[in-house]
Amino acid sequence: MDYGLDTKSARLKTFNTIFIITWLLIACFPFIWTFWGSFKVRADFFSRSDWWYAISAFNTLIETGGKFTTNAYTQAWTEGEFWKASKNTIIVTVFVVSISLFLGTLGAYALSRSTEKYAFWILMAALIFRAMPHITLVSGYLFPFFELQIWGILPTTIVVLVAINQPFTLWLLYSFFKTVPKELDESALIDGCSYFQAFRHIIMPVMWPGVITAGLFSLMLAYNDFTVTALLLNQENHTMVPKIQSYLGTNQHEGNLMWAVSAVVSATAPLFMLVMFFQRQVISGLTAGAVKG
Amino acid sequence: MPNKTFFWFFLPTGLAMILFIGLPIISTGIQSFYAQHDQVVKEVKKCDPFGCTVSIVVDNEETSKIREAKPLGKFNGFGTYTDRNHLAVEEIKKFWDETENFGAFVDQVTNLPFYKALIFTLTYCLFVTPNVLLLGFVIALSLNAVARKIRGPLIFGTILPMIVTPLVGSLVLFWMIDSQGIIGANIQNLMNDPYLSLKSSKTLTWITIIIYGIWHHSPFAFVVFYAALQTVPQEPIEAAIIDGASRFQRIKHIVLPHIYPVVTFVALISLMDNFRVFEPIIGFSAEGSAQSLSWLIYDNLVNEEVILFGSAAATSMMTIIGIAILLAPVLIRTWKEFKTAR
Repeated sequence: MDYGLDTKSARLKTFNTIFIITWLLIACFPFIWTFWGSFKVRADFFSRSDWWYAISAFNTLIETGGKFTTNAYTQAWTEGEFWKASKNTIIVTVFVVSISLFLGTLGAYALSRSTEKYAFWILMAALIFRAMPHITLVSGYLFPFFELQIWGILPTTIVVLVAINQPFTLWLLYSFFKTVPKELDESALIDGCSYFQAFRHIIMPVMWPGVITAGLFSLMLAYNDFTVTALLLNQENHTMVPKIQSYLGTNQHEGNLMWAVSAVVSATAPLFMLVMFFQRQVISGLTAGAVKG
Repeated sequence: MPNKTFFWFFLPTGLAMILFIGLPIISTGIQSFYAQHDQVVKEVKKCDPFGCTVSIVVDNEETSKIREAKPLGKFNGFGTYTDRNHLAVEEIKKFWDETENFGAFVDQVTNLPFYKALIFTLTYCLFVTPNVLLLGFVIALSLNAVARKIRGPLIFGTILPMIVTPLVGSLVLFWMIDSQGIIGANIQNLMNDPYLSLKSSKTLTWITIIIYGIWHHSPFAFVVFYAALQTVPQEPIEAAIIDGASRFQRIKHIVLPHIYPVVTFVALISLMDNFRVFEPIIGFSAEGSAQSLSWLIYDNLVNEEVILFGSAAATSMMTIIGIAILLAPVLIRTWKEFKTAR
């Protein structure tokens, strides 16, 4: 729809290009730098004498005989038991995503098809729940969980993350189901389907785009969570993010800070690849609540 | 949909939310009225050839017995709310009486842990939220002007800071800004001050965390604004161009009014998220000079000796009240809209 009316001056174009390049540098360089540094030894990446060592790999060459080393990775994954943390993260993520999608689709479908007043109030309550800082909820959990002796294990954390995730999932899927025409399931109801059958056979086949978006966000929440997993899991069951923090805390050992660096890269890489693959869904999810009203 | 069907459809998710969001809030409320038991002490008389000494030691057996009998602690009423680590009512009164001028009074008060955290949290919200809106909007406008073909990778690069968890995001920045990192070391060289570092001054730490906040949250604002920009109708813009409106005038009078609802949405979401700022403080290991409300709760919960449930709960309740105040205008507006819609 561009009729060539909106002509941009050359100066504006240059300025725009410079701005975008600058912003992309600010946004991406820290990750590139960390990735680069994770293949160095600590004396280079956190150099006391000269930051240029991180590029010239002065100490890495002395300590390992090569310009790049994967020592940090091998140590963190074996000695640092990062494999265990990633295993826990995978368990938590898989269960959180599948359970919250199951609960969320049912609930959001009901909300989108209800004309009653309480549907509005439920959505409002969900908005308020969404605003609760997770740490305040955790301070509510800890005591009862200690008393019930269900603290520290993965199932508890999974259920908690599912619940924390529900408000957002509900809102997202609600606005998505609103775009699925009502006539679709109404005609099925007239044909003698029950609501559940209409949901199962008519709505489920067309709801995949929305479900993928909601699933991605559940995944990011479960994968990225620090507050809940750090406080509700014991050492043994820690997922990746609290594990990274524990490498920072035990700073005395020479290797540990580099463990954290390599762990950060290991934890971030799958996420970046996932987002690269599903970029459209992420963006449509973020805007669903806003643009569609 | 009939009420009964609705009930069964909504039951699982409703139950999950009531059990793990509703009840914990109530549990926090109850806990905030209790405080951990005092330790039971006993006098122990120790005699040796040089005489007898009486020392006071903690009776561990008795203490743990009381703890087991009443695990919630002793009832404390609003005691926890008013103590030194929270609202500090008495201390404030004392400062009011003792200090000479208002400035000194404010100084004293802002050194109390709760007020210190509150001020940091509010400062963070106040600086991060508007800048996030502004930067996100500018990036969206700017990306909207480049060729469609290369937008995909550019958007991917832009949203990277948002998709990593705040702890990782702040660590990645911290490792660069720290005195041994690439940026920190270069700033030291530039300023010719070998002792300049993030931890050396409170203001510097605050600025760093705020910059981190803008870096982390702007992509979210960008994504929403970018999507909203795609829906701006072209005809009024063309009309404005023909009428000779400048680029700035077009943005101000056509684009901004069109995306105004989205702006309030982004402002609200980012205000809610900024109010719970917590992970960057750990990532930047800035506990010394910057503490937020959420961090205070975390600190109580990871306390080495006894977990301070009561203290954490009281701070939590006050945080929830803070959130409620932030949300109130939105809720009232929605309620009014809902009433007129009926």
